[in-house]
Amino acid sequence: MSPQSQDTAPALVVDNLRKTYGNGVEALKGISLTVQPGDFFALLGPNGAGKSTLIGILSSLVNSTSGDARVFGISVNRQRSEAMKLIGLVPQELNFNQFEKPFDICVNEAGFYGIPRKIAAERAERYLKELRLWDKAQMQARTLSGGMKRRLMIARAMMNEPKLLILDEPTAGVDIEIRRSMWQFVSGINAAGTTVILTTHYLEEAESLCRNIAIIDHGSIIENTSMKRLLATLDVETFVLDVAAIPAGLPSIPNVTLRRRDEHTLEAEMARSHDLNSLFATLSAHGITVTSMRNKTNRLEELFVRLVENGRQEPGRERAA
Amino acid sequence: MSSNAAANLVALNTIVRREIVRIMRIWTQTLIPPAITMTLYFVIFGKLIGSRIGTIQGGFTYMQYIVPGLVMMSIITNSYGNISSSFFGAKFSRAVEEMLVSPMPNWVILAGYVAGAVVRGLVVGVLVLVIALFFTDLHVMHPLITFASVLLGATIFSLAGFVNAVYAKKFDDIALVPTFILTPLTYLGGVFYSINMLGEPWQAISRANPILYMVNAFRYGVLGISDVHVGWAFVVMLGFVAALSIVALQLLKRGVGLRS
Repeated sequence: MSPQSQDTAPALVVDNLRKTYGNGVEALKGISLTVQPGDFFALLGPNGAGKSTLIGILSSLVNSTSGDARVFGISVNRQRSEAMKLIGLVPQELNFNQFEKPFDICVNEAGFYGIPRKIAAERAERYLKELRLWDKAQMQARTLSGGMKRRLMIARAMMNEPKLLILDEPTAGVDIEIRRSMWQFVSGINAAGTTVILTTHYLEEAESLCRNIAIIDHGSIIENTSMKRLLATLDVETFVLDVAAIPAGLPSIPNVTLRRRDEHTLEAEMARSHDLNSLFATLSAHGITVTSMRNKTNRLEELFVRLVENGRQEPGRERAA
Repeated sequence: MSSNAAANLVALNTIVRREIVRIMRIWTQTLIPPAITMTLYFVIFGKLIGSRIGTIQGGFTYMQYIVPGLVMMSIITNSYGNISSSFFGAKFSRAVEEMLVSPMPNWVILAGYVAGAVVRGLVVGVLVLVIALFFTDLHVMHPLITFASVLLGATIFSLAGFVNAVYAKKFDDIALVPTFILTPLTYLGGVFYSINMLGEPWQAISRANPILYMVNAFRYGVLGISDVHVGWAFVVMLGFVAALSIVALQLLKRGVGLRS
């Protein structure tokens, strides 16, 4: 494919991809999806849904049974080497030599992509600094903390300056501060033009970072749409209200279900179309002072659980926006 | 040079460099043990027992006779050990995925690991040869044949070690082949004796042992004597290199033990 057509092609096209393992497990049942260049794309699904198998096929660690995937128009099956030049992978499991130094791990990774040592050393310094690992660059990787090891894998994945960065649960077990700094870095990379595909179990991350989303379960895509459109389908929300005191009888408010959780906490389940002003006005009229409020669950989490449960009740259902 | 060829050269250089760094980082495991073992062989078999044997073949002392065999033995066992432990270690820690997800073709991965293992074999071979010079005089008769036989011997066992590492599922699996196949074949491969000392059918059986050809090609290079025709020895060695390279590349292509 010419560089020009590579520029106009989608970042990723997955075309009727199937994978059946030797033990008979059908991990992917003919899935198709498209990711546009520059997107920040969430690939979500419960454990064992097929996410890692899909990422394995994209990164050529897993051989597909049938179908194909094209990265910027280049077939992973037929032009593996060319396709791999465009991908950076941050895997779920640590997969570097723990006895090597972070600097060497990054420089060697660049070497595997044919990047000369001088350029590789410059890039290693830049990305290790950006991910706040430069002071650990000459220490054995095994001495790094869990969060540092995760950041090292991101720095390593950036060594070939990929057009498509795939992050497979990169923040698993990482504390909130480091998670935020990682997302700041990845958001910057995305803003600079790199397409990002993210799998995570922290759904608030996916909700705040990603523009488009696919949910996969039992090897099938059960939802593939924009994050905005998906969240708009959430018709009911539940708020947790911290209150000064709760009177004996709870007020009755049309289209709102009020439940008492304890003597200082109420739950209000209401349609998204219902305005909050009338809720507060009614509560205030009944002498209930609200001191703070929050969503009971993350909105995406609520949808995710609902979609996965629905998908299980209707096996084989596949939707695409 | 095309950009792909240049990229492959960088990738090859990266693997070889990383292997050499590994060998030097754990030099107490990679370089010292074979030197100590071979010193003991020279003292016990060459000096103490060898002095009672006298000359063995072509007017050479027993010590002179076993030096080429012991050098070749240390080269092949260290080449084999290096690649099997290094590649299996990379598989075990999943660090091999760094290479598998890169654009690097399979032959570069194989060539890089084999080159690293050959380097270890050659470094150990030189060490053992230097130690041998403390015990006896040696003059290399045919330098080119000597070098070619060392290179081919190390390459064959590097390739064999790679195949072993690809199939291995646990560390025990990379110890089984050296213990039950490599060591017996080495001891029965004419390191310590000439197969002309054996009667039939043992001579014929010995000729089926590939190590016999490596040891004798090397001995011919150093001393100018051999139990087998040197031309045949090189045909056998080249045949093994070709066959094992094809097997190793096929395993990589199919992703046996590496890709799901």
